[in-house]
Amino acid sequence: MSIRVNGMEVLPPDDARVSLLDHLREHLHLSGTKKGCDQGACGACTVLLDGNRVLSCLTLAAQADGSNVQTIEALAAESGALHALQRAFIEHDGLQCGYCTPGQICSAIAMAEELRRGDPSYVTLDLAAGPPVVTRAEIRERMSGNLCRCGAHNGIVEAIEDMLVETAA
Amino acid sequence: MTPFGYARAADRADALARVGSGARVLGGGTNLVDLLRQNVEQASELVDVSRLEGAIRESDDGGLLIDASVRNATLAAHPLVRHRYPVLARALLAGASAQIRNMATVGGNILQRTRCMYFYDVEGARCNKRQPGAGCDAMDGFNRYHAVLGASDQCIATHPSDMCVALAMLDAVIHLSGPDGERSVPLTDFHVLPNATPQTETVLKPGELITGVELPPPSAAVTHSEYRKVRDRSSYAFALISVAGGLAIAEGRITEARIALGGVAAKPWRATRAETALVCVAPTPDAFLAAIREELVGARPLSGNGFKIGLAERTVVAVLGALAGARA
Repeated sequence: MSIRVNGMEVLPPDDARVSLLDHLREHLHLSGTKKGCDQGACGACTVLLDGNRVLSCLTLAAQADGSNVQTIEALAAESGALHALQRAFIEHDGLQCGYCTPGQICSAIAMAEELRRGDPSYVTLDLAAGPPVVTRAEIRERMSGNLCRCGAHNGIVEAIEDMLVETAA
Repeated sequence: MTPFGYARAADRADALARVGSGARVLGGGTNLVDLLRQNVEQASELVDVSRLEGAIRESDDGGLLIDASVRNATLAAHPLVRHRYPVLARALLAGASAQIRNMATVGGNILQRTRCMYFYDVEGARCNKRQPGAGCDAMDGFNRYHAVLGASDQCIATHPSDMCVALAMLDAVIHLSGPDGERSVPLTDFHVLPNATPQTETVLKPGELITGVELPPPSAAVTHSEYRKVRDRSSYAFALISVAGGLAIAEGRITEARIALGGVAAKPWRATRAETALVCVAPTPDAFLAAIREELVGARPLSGNGFKIGLAERTVVAVLGALAGARA
C-alpha cells in the first residue's frame, strides 16, 4: 500500500505516530501545508483526502494509506497559472501574513463541492429542501473551521463568493 | 506521545480480536490522536475501524440503522436523516467544523472525552478523571463550561457531543459487540454520571466495540424537531447550552414532547421530568418555562456557570416556542 500525494506514490512513515501533516512537511518536503495549532482548532493544515477536506494534524499518516491526498502544491497549473480561487484571494486581499491561506483555499475548494452536492450546513434554514442557497452566512458557517489571525475573513468570503459565481456561470 | 502500533481492521471480527487483546479503537482520530499527543492517554496498539463498512439503512420497522464507522458529515447529509430526524442532522452540523465532521465517526463521537481544560492539562492540573484521587482543579477554577446537573464532588466535567444530545432525545439504542456476544444499550444509559469514579464514563466493557446506532421510527415529535446550540462564538465552539426539542400538538394540546440538554452534565441529559410536565397542556411559553424549571430543580451552579441555568430555561422556551409556532 502507499499514499498518493498530488499524484505521486509515497510510502507511509515507519512510525505510526507521525501525522499526515508532519509526513507532508518533514518527510516529503511539501511545506505548503501549514502547522498552526497542531490540535484541530485552526484549520491551517487542511488538505483534501479522497476529495474531502480534513485536518492533516489529527490524521495519522498511516490512516491515509491507500488514499489520495491533495495539497496546495497541486492546485496551480504546471505552467504556474494560478487556480481561480488563488487569483480571487489576491484580488480581494484575502490574506495578510498568508499563513492560513493554503488551508483556507483547500478548505474552500472542498466546500464548493459540498455545496454542489447539496450538503446542508447548520445555518441552512430548511434541511429537507434541495440545494442550499449560497449566502455570505452560508460561506462563513462552512468556513468556520479555518481561522485567520490577521482578520482577513471579509476578503476571504468575497474571494470564495467570486469563485462560486464564476464556477456557476 | 509514547510509541504505538497501528493496524487497520480487516473486518469486524478482526477489530474485535484486536480490541480483545488491548488495542485502543481509532475512528476519525479527531479526539484520540489529540489525547495521545497531549499524553492524556497512552496506547500501545491502535486498531483503525474507520474504514469498516459504514452503511445507513432503514430498519424493518421503519427506523434507521447507522454503522459506527459512518462519518458525521455523511450522516448529516443523508436524505433520511434530514427528512425524518431533523434534530439529528442539525445537531451534527452544529458540531465542530466541516473538516472534523468529515473525519469523525459516529462511534467515536459517542466515545469522545470531555473537553475540560484541566483534564487536558497533564503537566499543570489535578484531575480525578485522568488520575483517580488526585483532586479536581476545575472545582475552584475556570468552570464556565462545566456541569450544573449530575456532577459530583469528584468531577464536574461535561460531555461535549452535540450528536449524542439528539440521540438521547430520539431514544437511540447503541449496538455493542464483545467477547460475550452482542448487546444493545439505550444511549441514555450508555454514559454514566461521575459519582465517586469519574474515570468510568460509559458502560462499555473491556473488549467491547460499538458497532452501530439504531433509531426507532420517527414519532410525530421527532419529525417536528430542532436543535439549538448556544456558545461563545456562532460557530466552531463547544456548547454552553444546547437543546434538542420536538413537539407534537393536536387540538391545541401537546400530545408528545421530547427534550434533551447538552452542555449541562457528564452525559447528554434527557429532560424526562419536563417532558412529562408538558403532556396534555397548551403549548405556551409559561408552560415551557414551568416544565424546564421542574427539570432543573436539582441544578447546582458552580462559581462560574450559574448563568447556565437561566440560559437553559430560555433556550428551551425558545426552541419549543419556535416548534409550536411553526406548527400553528
